Amino acid sequence: MTVHTGQSTAKAAGEGARGRGRATGERPGRLRRALSTHWYAWTMVAPVVIVLGVIIGWPLGRGIYLSLTDANERNVGRTIGANHIDATYKFVGLDNYVDVLNDPVFMQRLWWTVVWTVCCVASTFLLGLVLANMLNREFRGRAAYRMMLILPWAVPGFVSVFAWRFLFNRDNGLLNKVLDGGGISAVPWLDDPTWAKFSVIAVNVWLGVPFMMVAILGGLQSIPGELYEAAEMDGAGPWKRFVYITIPGLRSVSSTVILLSTIWTFNMFPVIFLLTRGGPGDSTEILVTQAFRQAFVESPRDFAGSATWGVLILAVLMIFALVYRRSLRKQGEVW
Amino acid sequence: MRRGIAATALVATLALAATACGGSDSSDSGDKKSSGELSGTVTWWDTSNDTEKATFKKIAEDFHAQHPKVTVKYVNVPYGDAQNKIKNAFSSGSDAPDVIRADVGWVADFASLGYLDKVPDAKAKEVDSAFLKQAAASGRYDGQMYAVPQVIDTLGLFYNKKMLKDAGVEPPKSLEEVKTAAAAIKSKTGKTGLYLRGDDSYWFLPFIYGEGGDLVDAKNKKVTVDSPAGVKAFKAARDLVTSGAAITNATDGWNNMETAFKSGKVAMMVNGPWAVADAYAGDEFKDKANLGIATVPAGSAAQGAPQGGHDLAVYAGSKNRDASHAFVDYLTSQTVQVQTTKALSLLPTRTAAYDQPDVKSNEMVQFFKPAVDKAVERAWIPENGALFEPLKLQFTKAVTGASSPEDAAKASATAFHKILKDWK
Repeated sequence: MTVHTGQSTAKAAGEGARGRGRATGERPGRLRRALSTHWYAWTMVAPVVIVLGVIIGWPLGRGIYLSLTDANERNVGRTIGANHIDATYKFVGLDNYVDVLNDPVFMQRLWWTVVWTVCCVASTFLLGLVLANMLNREFRGRAAYRMMLILPWAVPGFVSVFAWRFLFNRDNGLLNKVLDGGGISAVPWLDDPTWAKFSVIAVNVWLGVPFMMVAILGGLQSIPGELYEAAEMDGAGPWKRFVYITIPGLRSVSSTVILLSTIWTFNMFPVIFLLTRGGPGDSTEILVTQAFRQAFVESPRDFAGSATWGVLILAVLMIFALVYRRSLRKQGEVW
Repeated sequence: MRRGIAATALVATLALAATACGGSDSSDSGDKKSSGELSGTVTWWDTSNDTEKATFKKIAEDFHAQHPKVTVKYVNVPYGDAQNKIKNAFSSGSDAPDVIRADVGWVADFASLGYLDKVPDAKAKEVDSAFLKQAAASGRYDGQMYAVPQVIDTLGLFYNKKMLKDAGVEPPKSLEEVKTAAAAIKSKTGKTGLYLRGDDSYWFLPFIYGEGGDLVDAKNKKVTVDSPAGVKAFKAARDLVTSGAAITNATDGWNNMETAFKSGKVAMMVNGPWAVADAYAGDEFKDKANLGIATVPAGSAAQGAPQGGHDLAVYAGSKNRDASHAFVDYLTSQTVQVQTTKALSLLPTRTAAYDQPDVKSNEMVQFFKPAVDKAVERAWIPENGALFEPLKLQFTKAVTGASSPEDAAKASATAFHKILKDWK
């Protein structure tokens, strides 16, 4: 499953690269000319292309093929020591897709995945924007603040998630101990579907803000200071300067980070899996964790079903990337 | 997942990955030499819990003293993730363990997938004659023996004797009595009566047996979880929580249960012999006599706890099968079984072990042995392990009130039918 989720990002990035290539304008016959003049470069690139083909192309092809069969743990061929079991799975066409799309579970998961992605991306982006603006000025201890704010990013993801899990524990967690001291009764952070949803989003935002902040800070520093000076001379207040200079100046950076962060969050497996395992019940299960559940938790492992989910996730993300790119192009972005 | 998903699971995964990457010892192909002496490396994946693992590690290393040319590599795999991890290792074949400790519910599944090596005939005969009948049954699949029973267990009601005495109540015998006892405990001591494990479907079994039902009827190939008894079972579990007699969690249930019971926050919990050593480690049970055990509370129709336990099995692809089978022999020998009973209060699977003074005098064995004799034997079908995952989902939903008992029973049955395709 990890293979497919990895793919979607690679695929989406590939979309961008292709878009750029097309923008330069290709004419027939050019490929041959490029090959003959740049043969050396092509040779140097070949190993990477071959390796990518093997580690991305082959699993992708295999995944798509599996999604068209009824393969599961019992009917795939295998040899273990003296035991040899023949492969007996067969091609079933689009049956798996029909099953999944008719299953209300898919729509439930898709809905929650979209809610989760939108909430996470919007919150991280806004918080990152605010923090970056606060840090983008001279004041004492700026370096120390920056370090502190980047910390969540530096800590390995699973360590942070486990730390949060201890904090969230209803009976023995620190958060509830603190609330108890303040006279508020225990909050079932991970035991109540709504609170659990809130908790996973909170943790993901906590993990995602540093990236946003650093990216936006970079964008802010590339906006020429003269623009602000000129605006100030013309009598524009801080809010107007923010709306008419900062926001447009950040457009290229923010469009990229929003796209990236959307794809990452959509497929953010570890936060949900490690924090709640999709629970309580199945209330925080997103598409990727559900696909993982089918392939690795439930038995017999449903390889075909899981591959189907994987291909559908990829399709959703590709559609999103296409729509997003088109909308950006309409706004006049070169991207 | 029965023993609970410890929060350390992932850390352990990484440790495991690290050890797995560390060496390719399992590829040592040193088998029986011409002299008949065993050699090579045997990797054992043990699923015992945090309080038990030191004992098992020591026992495993003792094997080296008997067979100096065999090195035993002991790896502890947390129970909660073990089934998945074992399958990953077995199906890929790389860095797979030679010997595993498998929950009795997993054996038929692993065997049907071709992962397990048959128990040698001589040993199989010995198991049939010298081991407890119901324990031996769990190691069989399709008429063949694939695993040797290591320990047998069942669930019982653990209680804090002092707390029950302070509240002036006797250990409850039925769910109704649990509720009245819990009310007395609440008013006299301010503590909660029972911790109900809500994030693990194994703990649902006493409820369904108590209402006279079962998950499936293997003989008639019928799914029975959504029978009226099944619905009543979900209702009874939910009722304990809503009435305030019990507390529960949807996550981290094992740790929360142990902490709550050991620290005296709750007076009772349902658990098995594997939790005895851990309970003794808690403040409330420094005086071991304070820990009391009774049979699980009865439902409206009957009283029943599931038969559980662990078996030892050899990987069919093991490069060192002779040494692995010898290691299993050793682990299931009477000496070792008596040793684990003495140290951890685990129940032996050899009939004769119960005549040993150390086992006979063990208070936990005195309670659990008759309980095991009466425990409900589960259907030893390959799908056994698979049923617990969807059931867990529904059990959690039902006890936390996210779904009604009727819906939970119905949804469980739907999921079961997906797994048991041609069943009624």
